Amino acid sequence: MNIFVCLKQVGARDSALRIAVDRKWVEDEDLNFEMNEPDAFALEEGLRLKEKHGGEVVAVSAGPARAASTIREALAKGADRGILIEDDRFAQADALCIARALAAAVGREAHDLVLTGLQSDDFGFGQTGVIMAELLNLPHATIVMQVQAEDGGLRVKRELEAGWFQNVSMPLPALLTIQSGINKVRYATLMGIKRARKKPLVTHTAGELGIDMAASQTVRRLYLPHKTKQTQFITGSGKEAAAALLEKLKFEARAL
Amino acid sequence: MSVLVVSEQAGGAWHGMSFETIAAGAEAAAALGCPLQVAVLGSGVAGLAAEAAAKRVSEVVVIDDPALAAYTPDGFAAAVRQAVEQLNPTLVLFPHTYQVRDFAPKLTAGLGKAFLSDAVGIAVDDGKLVFVRRLFQGKLNADVTPAGDAPYFASIQSGVFRADALPDGGAPAPVRNLDVVIDPAQIRTRPEAPFQEAKGAVDLTAAEIIVSVGRGIKDPENIPLAVELAQALGGELAASRPICDNGWLPLERQVGSSGQTVSPNLYLALGISGAIQHVVGMKGAKTIVAINKDEGAPIFEIADYGIVADLFEVVPALIAALKE
Ligand SMILES: Cc1cc2nc3c(=O)[nH]c(=O)nc-3n(C[C@H](O)[C@H](O)[C@H](O)COP(=O)(O)OP(=O)(O)OC[C@H]3O[C@@H](n4cnc5c(N)ncnc54)[C@H](O)[C@@H]3O)c2cc1C
Ligand SMILES: Nc1ncnc2c1ncn2[C@@H]1O[C@H](COP(=O)(O)O)[C@@H](O)[C@H]1O
Repeated sequence: MNIFVCLKQVGARDSALRIAVDRKWVEDEDLNFEMNEPDAFALEEGLRLKEKHGGEVVAVSAGPARAASTIREALAKGADRGILIEDDRFAQADALCIARALAAAVGREAHDLVLTGLQSDDFGFGQTGVIMAELLNLPHATIVMQVQAEDGGLRVKRELEAGWFQNVSMPLPALLTIQSGINKVRYATLMGIKRARKKPLVTHTAGELGIDMAASQTVRRLYLPHKTKQTQFITGSGKEAAAALLEKLKFEARAL
Repeated sequence: MSVLVVSEQAGGAWHGMSFETIAAGAEAAAALGCPLQVAVLGSGVAGLAAEAAAKRVSEVVVIDDPALAAYTPDGFAAAVRQAVEQLNPTLVLFPHTYQVRDFAPKLTAGLGKAFLSDAVGIAVDDGKLVFVRRLFQGKLNADVTPAGDAPYFASIQSGVFRADALPDGGAPAPVRNLDVVIDPAQIRTRPEAPFQEAKGAVDLTAAEIIVSVGRGIKDPENIPLAVELAQALGGELAASRPICDNGWLPLERQVGSSGQTVSPNLYLALGISGAIQHVVGMKGAKTIVAINKDEGAPIFEIADYGIVADLFEVVPALIAALKE
């Protein structure tokens, strides 16, 4: 099975977020970068399918040059090769633009299965995989919690709302968006990290692939959200705050 | 020119977010000065169409086709695309449900359009539509504008607009059937019936007090600290999704859009950031307390009481004070 896994490099969850001067993005220098969380689960699922059914796992990312480190991480965990579509503009690009780039890179190679995460932690479009499926003319399923390959096709378990699930079958080639928690992700071994240095990582520019970089949606302005509730903030040492909170819960909120 | 709201139903029952989205559509239609149309899709949905028509809407359009009896992304994208082509709306609004996440991006990509997903606000500024989206897991808001010409497409986050803000309309609105052609051979996925995993023993919905842990608890070895607090308060233990994903607590203790929806008297969120998928499961709690070391965490937007601190300092102090 030729499996392509799309990995986005995003600002780490605990990075400080400072709105940039032009108010259209955050200050990049403040961020540490990491693999988008659900994408790590998508990668793990790809590696497991390869181990079971053979084939190769290709890690694909669209981003600035720094995104190569996320691909290297995937190579260290067992992906066979990587493709970086490099352009600084991908860091702030919308889902349609990114999906066009990823679909162009995947579409020129033989592919049986394309995996993405279900949502990015920064923009949170929740769309890139589904758009790629449309551009590549593939059947798809989203928010997937289990994948079984059977009779040249797939049977997957989709998560629905409020604790419900649904099994869906489809022919290959196909695209799946993977939900966090589908598996237990592996760590890269020292050996893996060493091997990764020798694995191929090809870089294309957006220009080479002929990607239409026109934005389909544009951020005008970033700002802090307004609060809907008046939160009473309780200060003091741990002990003081604990005592004050219990006092308020007993006598003000009557919650205890 | 119109605003078209694509409602959602399953097996003849409304999705709860349908009327919230119709309320959003009503506001947008008023701002744009245009009619509000509501689409009802499925097989055998005339009864639901009549219910929608009782609201203050301009028209209800019905797409009734046996190929839409079970949801598939191919079938639904094809049906809504034909509706959009026939009705030529300015703005198409969806509820931001799992189903919409599954087919709307396919529909919009096929049309070469942007999809403004999970919007929490719509405004018209200088004749242009502006949507508010939340970025970085809810930590920042963004005003976003779609490029190009109408139709524009967006989905509305749960709980932003109030379904009960939508007035009944006096005389029922006209109901019209739309003819669409869905070739069953176009449908590539085969869905099976939805099911629930065998239910565990924990029923969080009955709990009066819930102590809920998030990734701020850091390590499974720290879970007993939260257990101790829950016991001292006489409450139940719950968690955010990553805690259950990691297997630190069983799935049946997960609160949120893919877990349980709870409304206790008191909800204590320990090291939980307050992502929307968590918040939809607990915002109905009477009193919400958040302990989080990041004052910018979105959980503080809905908390009644907040302590910006290290939970490992506050929680032991709470346990000690309760034991006194
Ligand atoms: C389709 C979909 C469905 C989902 N369903 C659910 C669901 O049902 N339930 C759910 O919970 N999530 C769900 N999620 C995930 C959700 O988007 C968030 O990723 C998740 O809720 C984050 O969990 P968290 O707050 O524990 O972790 P994080 O977002 O990582 O937050 C951890 C918080 O802990 C704080 N912290 C760290 N250390 C300390 C300390 N020592 N003391 C105090 N505070 C500290 C940090 O400041 C941070 O705010 C879903 C996501 C998607 C896309
Ligand atoms: N720039 C990117 N490079 C590689 N994959 C991406 C990129 N952006 C998004 N994706 C994939 O698409 C998924 C959904 O992202 P989004 O549509 O932004 O929520 C992510 O989990 C990734 O798997």
